[in-house]
Amino acid sequence: MSLYNELPATFVTTNVDKLMNWGRASSLWYLLFGLACCGIELMQTGGPRADLDRFGSVPRATPRQSDLMIVAGTVTLKMASRVKLLYDQMPHPKYVISMGSCANCGGLFDKGYSVLRGVDKVIPVDLYVPGCPPRPEALTEGILEIQDKIHRERYLIRNS
Amino acid sequence: MKTEEIHQTLTARLGDAIGALHAETIDPWIEVQATAIVDVTRACKEDPALRFDFLSSLCGVDAGDSIFVVYHLYSYALRHSTVLKVKVPKDTPVTRSVTGVWRGADWFEREAYDLFGVRFEGHPDLRRILLPDDWEGHPLRKEYVFPSHYGGIDNTRDYNI
Repeated sequence: MSLYNELPATFVTTNVDKLMNWGRASSLWYLLFGLACCGIELMQTGGPRADLDRFGSVPRATPRQSDLMIVAGTVTLKMASRVKLLYDQMPHPKYVISMGSCANCGGLFDKGYSVLRGVDKVIPVDLYVPGCPPRPEALTEGILEIQDKIHRERYLIRNS
Repeated sequence: MKTEEIHQTLTARLGDAIGALHAETIDPWIEVQATAIVDVTRACKEDPALRFDFLSSLCGVDAGDSIFVVYHLYSYALRHSTVLKVKVPKDTPVTRSVTGVWRGADWFEREAYDLFGVRFEGHPDLRRILLPDDWEGHPLRKEYVFPSHYGGIDNTRDYNI
């Protein structure tokens, strides 16, 4: 007879990594931070129709409470150091979604003198969402991919 | 009032400070001496026949060896508009500020300074307005070379288009 059968039906067994990852993936708070037109789509994604809240993803107004940064829009060279500062203020573990062509590679403004050619030149990016701008469905897919990534992470590693 | 009449009114009042009328363009424009721009714009604003109470825009144009500073004026009272241009040499682009005439010229002139390097004497706070303070050069000039680095950030393109 195993331990499992001894427990009452209200108990669930799991392992700590899975429990932690379940908690983290289900409360993926993102920094409320829009830079250009992608910011409008970001707001739509958080709005009632796409409704990111159902995945536990809600906007936070400060980087210190955020797990996820969604770089939504054109990053200018002037803004690049500010984006870096915001990223540095976020607590670990943290994730970055580069949303839209501009944040991915400079996009439409690639030939401008003042535009950063991809936000990955200043901060590490976990996921690129293509589109100009991406639809809310695409960004939602991106959030789900980040959740998958979190579920695959392992924190408790036995040192033998 | 047509730009021809405006030109006549200004010439009668200010004489040599007013240059030629260029009526062949869609928006006819009047050339003005850089040293006289404050007097001319003040006359435009205060003359009862002109009453230009609004500076629609102020911008720069790179014309090769010189830079034009372009003033679009509008009169809400009399419903007419005109264009003034000041020509300044590119190596010493200096003109006078019209912030004393229209307070709204403040940010326009900062923008022209930022992007063309035109210096407006008498401006209360002539700093860059769009680009960072440590930016080098004035990007809307034809000879401007785009930077590949800024503030420790490598901004070269990683791919070919």
